[in-house]
Amino acid sequence: MAHGTGAVSHLDRHHAHHFKNGHEEFEACKQGMWIFLVTEVLFFSGMFVAYAVLRVFYPDMMHDVHHHKILDWRMGALNTVVLITSSWTMARAVSSSQRGEQKNTVGFLWATLLLAGVFLVVKYFEYSHKIHEHILPGAQYAYEGLTTAKVPLFMSVYFVMTGIHGLHVVIGMGIIYYLIRRAKRNEFGPRYFTPVEITGLYWHFVDLVWIYLFPLLYLVG
Amino acid sequence: MANSSTAHGDNYLNHSHGLKSWLLTLDHKRIGLMYLFVIMAMFLMGGIFALLVRWELFAPGMQFFSSPNTYNQAFTYHGAIMVFMVVIPLIPAAIGNFVLPMQLGAKDVAFPRWNLVSYYVYLFGLLIAASTLFINKVDTGWTFYAPYSIRTGTSTTLVLLGAFIMGFSSILTGLNFIVTIHKLRAPGLTWDRLPLFLWAIYATSIVQVLATPVLAITLLLLILERTIGIGIFDPKLGGDPVLFQHFFWFYSHPAVYIMVLPAMGVISDVIPTFSRKPIFGYKAIAAATFGIALVAFVVWGHHMFVSGQSEFANFVFSFLTMLVAVPTGVKVFSWLATMYKGSLRMDTPMLYAFGFLFVFTIGGLTGVFLAVVSVDVHLTATYFVVAHFHYVMVGGTLLAFLAGLHYWFPKFCGKMYGEGTSKVGAWLIMIGFNVTFFPQFILGVLGMPRRYADYLPQFEQLNRISTIGSWFLGVGFVIVGWNLAKALKSGEKAGPNPWGALTLEWQTPSPPPHENFLKEPVVTEGPYEYRGEKALMGSNA
Repeated sequence: MAHGTGAVSHLDRHHAHHFKNGHEEFEACKQGMWIFLVTEVLFFSGMFVAYAVLRVFYPDMMHDVHHHKILDWRMGALNTVVLITSSWTMARAVSSSQRGEQKNTVGFLWATLLLAGVFLVVKYFEYSHKIHEHILPGAQYAYEGLTTAKVPLFMSVYFVMTGIHGLHVVIGMGIIYYLIRRAKRNEFGPRYFTPVEITGLYWHFVDLVWIYLFPLLYLVG
Repeated sequence: MANSSTAHGDNYLNHSHGLKSWLLTLDHKRIGLMYLFVIMAMFLMGGIFALLVRWELFAPGMQFFSSPNTYNQAFTYHGAIMVFMVVIPLIPAAIGNFVLPMQLGAKDVAFPRWNLVSYYVYLFGLLIAASTLFINKVDTGWTFYAPYSIRTGTSTTLVLLGAFIMGFSSILTGLNFIVTIHKLRAPGLTWDRLPLFLWAIYATSIVQVLATPVLAITLLLLILERTIGIGIFDPKLGGDPVLFQHFFWFYSHPAVYIMVLPAMGVISDVIPTFSRKPIFGYKAIAAATFGIALVAFVVWGHHMFVSGQSEFANFVFSFLTMLVAVPTGVKVFSWLATMYKGSLRMDTPMLYAFGFLFVFTIGGLTGVFLAVVSVDVHLTATYFVVAHFHYVMVGGTLLAFLAGLHYWFPKFCGKMYGEGTSKVGAWLIMIGFNVTFFPQFILGVLGMPRRYADYLPQFEQLNRISTIGSWFLGVGFVIVGWNLAKALKSGEKAGPNPWGALTLEWQTPSPPPHENFLKEPVVTEGPYEYRGEKALMGSNA
């Protein structure tokens, strides 16, 4: 990693001095990302537990949300398709970088970035609709169309979970953009593609969280 | 053992110069020392709060603080500083950072940059939390229980944010250490030759990585609770304050093992070295370390016996909690068996290790008392719990830290401290500690509640003894600090291996060269094979 930030073509790159070789460095970085993803799972698990507990406490809550169509499942479904597609483009970016196909690497990274942008635009429309109608978390809730029960609590869970997930998407976009710049400098190839590989792992995780969020929030009544 | 290349003048301290070479260093040894420096400063601060709290309790009525609320603030800062800023990073981030790559025979940790990031993240979180001292003080206690923590008008949000940020530092350090142990072991350093200190750090890192994210989301939810009122923990909005307790203890109980497992690791390295004997039950201790780490995750409910959780939950948590005593017992008896018929050398690290065994055993056994629901209902939120906790945290972690500090000090700076003065400090600390906290067990059984600024007249005598003990404790720390500072300035040269220890960090000059070893070490046997000549070598290298 010590030499990782300079504009060094993958052909001239050396591994950091405290590793024996490039392979050891790659394995270490990959393991580090997997462990990081474990911490992410635990981080999200707190929210999933809160969701489960509130469901058990207030079964009516979910019924009201579903019955009054507080969330639009079509928007959620669209975003699910968008993110799964972005996972595919990300996987293609990884394999392109492994083969040293610079053009494809850059192209697929751009495609992933674009799809992430589409996801956020859809999310923006969903959020702005809710803010407009005052369908907001907890104490902020002031929706006139549905004043009963515990729907404000559901909105807390919805905004916290999708908000933190959205933040992960934004961070991912930043990292992907950074990868694009490095890929353009021809830094990745068969001997060095670690950053693309581990960003791919991260991106698949972000996708995976959404695959749980979508049915739990939008579909289950 | 005396390495001919000791004369080689280049070491990590003089490898580069200037403040910038420290602040931007990627060297794990320098980062470890920077942690040590900040943690010691925070320890001083938390210690001053502790002394003030004890002063207040010297007699019934108000002594020092102007109101009970300022007392509440003082014990909140004492607890929050000591837990989040001192004891959690104490051994892993300070000593671990320095020692771990060296015991592995590596040049550095796997991700040196992230190591430095982790340091600054810690510092940043610490400054945010500590800034509240000058703005508007916090009075929630270090546990931040809802709903009080939602409503109190003080700057709780900033402290929560600070703890949230410091959590990332803890996660990064743990992650870094796990990968380093997996990937950067020297040739021949197989898993069954790993020093037990590293097994302990490894298990600790796993707990850090798994538990801390749960604290992060808990604190984040509480921050959102305070800022926009999401209601998840707020009964007024239909939320559940007991859920907060579950979340909080799901981290904070394992956090106790984040604090105590590395301490046990230090003891496992010190005892065989100063007994000149191979450790008894190497595999049993390593396995017990993981046993404790595993059980750590399923006992949080014992903090909540009176929270209204179901009786069945109480029963299960009570049973599981008692299981902790099994691997802990395995360790204690293995240490004792290591000393049996050994050639004991009572140098300062070993003196602290003895203190640890004595005090930690009391702390551990009183934990078993508290695991029994019927006893705990009586003792919950009394001074018995305070005493138990301090016997584990101060008597366990802090004494082991002092053992480790005195053990590795010659390696840190290449100099030796005054043995006589350090022993005076050690005795003062250990006596002062017991005088401070043992009466609190009795106070607790008699029914004195914790966290009160005032108490009934019948508790005066024992409180007075406890407060006087705290002064001895304070003086002990001053002596230890002064003695080590003096050694830094004018200590005698320590040589590469003053204790005749066999782990890798001692097989290189003190202070170590920039990249730790002059050539990559090769390991051919276990870390504690004190037999034959090696057993006799301890007198001096």
